Formats: sequence, structure tokens, C-alpha cells
Amino acid sequence: MKIRDLCNLVNGTVLCGEQHLDSVVEYAFASDLMSDVLTVKTSEFILITGLANLQAIRTAEMSDTPFLLICRGKEVSEEMLDLASDNEILIISSSFSMFKCAGVLYSAGLKPIY
Amino acid sequence: MNLEFKVEGGDFTLAGNASSQIKKMLKQLNIDPKIVKRVVIALYEAEVNIVAHAYRGIITAEIDPHGVRLKLEDEGPGIPDIEKAMTPGFSTASEQVREMGFGAGMGLPNISENADDFRIESEVGKGTTLYINYNF
Repeated sequence: MKIRDLCNLVNGTVLCGEQHLDSVVEYAFASDLMSDVLTVKTSEFILITGLANLQAIRTAEMSDTPFLLICRGKEVSEEMLDLASDNEILIISSSFSMFKCAGVLYSAGLKPIY
Repeated sequence: MNLEFKVEGGDFTLAGNASSQIKKMLKQLNIDPKIVKRVVIALYEAEVNIVAHAYRGIITAEIDPHGVRLKLEDEGPGIPDIEKAMTPGFSTASEQVREMGFGAGMGLPNISENADDFRIESEVGKGTTLYINYNF
């Protein structure tokens, strides 16, 4: 799935990392528990989370994934944007809940890792 | 090559800074991305542990053509029962740590899972040292 299409499906706003809009992502993982995200062996998935803090960005960085979708319109701080930009990480913000984001994207063909 | 970083306990804004810099160095050295990922996942978990549980710590990374050797030495409360601490799901993390997305008792088992060789030494009231090694 193209990131641009994914963003439209969740009615999202791109906050940084526009250079990834034409990238393609095949898998997603949804969690607020970063410890769980760090056990994922796949790289290049989109992380769907309601956790809007610096550690969500760090976890994406360490997991080798440049795609992050923050749900429920949680506020993304300037520090988060700076850290994401420094690491070329895309952040999409959606007002949808994590359940709705995951449901919409799963229905549209985005695959689960497990 | 030897790298050294200081880590302050309780400072979640900087948690991951050392891991990030070591990751960038490993990528510059053209090390297999699969090994890089295993190193940085273990390293980041261990760095978060210092921030979450200790007062301060020092991370050293030795990188040579044979592998990577990480040492994370902290001054902190120490671990009274290492076997228990290694049990998946066991955690003594504070509410603040849990709000950061950690503290589910998955860190030490995940470090072990991602390491070629992993050893913990700890003294209650003094601190904990983790040795995490990889062979190329």
C-alpha cells in the first residue's frame, strides 16, 4: 500500500517525512507498548500507536521502520517532529481511534505481522 | 573502535540517544543490517533500563572486525534476583516508565533474545552491569 493512499484512508495529516509519500508499506503493527514493538523482527512496517512521545519515535528508529501513524489526534510535540525529521521518519496524524485505523487499513489490504 | 556514552537516570527525553549514535556508527561501518538491528534493539532496551531504574550509567561499545561488545554499567539499586528479573512479564517499573510505553517485563528477555552472548552482574545497593556481545 502506498503511504499516500494509507494517509487518505485514515483521513490523516502528514506532519513530517513527506519524502516517504510514494513509498510502499506491506505490514503494520499496532501497539501502545513499545516493549512489544521492539520484539517485532520485521523491518519496514508502519507502527500504529496512540503513544505520542519521544520514545515512540525512538522505537520506530530502533525498529528500522520509517513510518509512524499516531491515532486519536494525539498532540505531536516539536521535539518529536525534530527527532523524526533527523531520522527521516514519516509521521501521519489521524483523528481516528487505533481500532478504526487498524480496521480500515486491514480491510484495505495492509497485512498484520503476526 | 571504542565509543562511550553517559546516561542519566530518569531523563526520558534523552533515552535512546546513545543507542541512536551507536546505530549510526554501525551503519557507517556497513555492518549487516540484520546484525545492526539486533544490536540496537538490545542496546536500546538496556539504555531504557538504565533511565528507568538506575541513577546514572555508562555505555561502552567496542566494535572491531570480529564483532561488537557492549557494556552497560549503572549505579543504581541493583537486581536482587536476576532469575526473577529475566522472567517475561516480571517488572518493577514505575508508573512513569509504563506511561513511556515500557515496563511490561519484556526488556531483559528481549535483550537475551537479540544477543549472541548476554551476561548480567548485579550488586544490590550498588548497581548492575550488562555485557551484550555479537560475533560477525
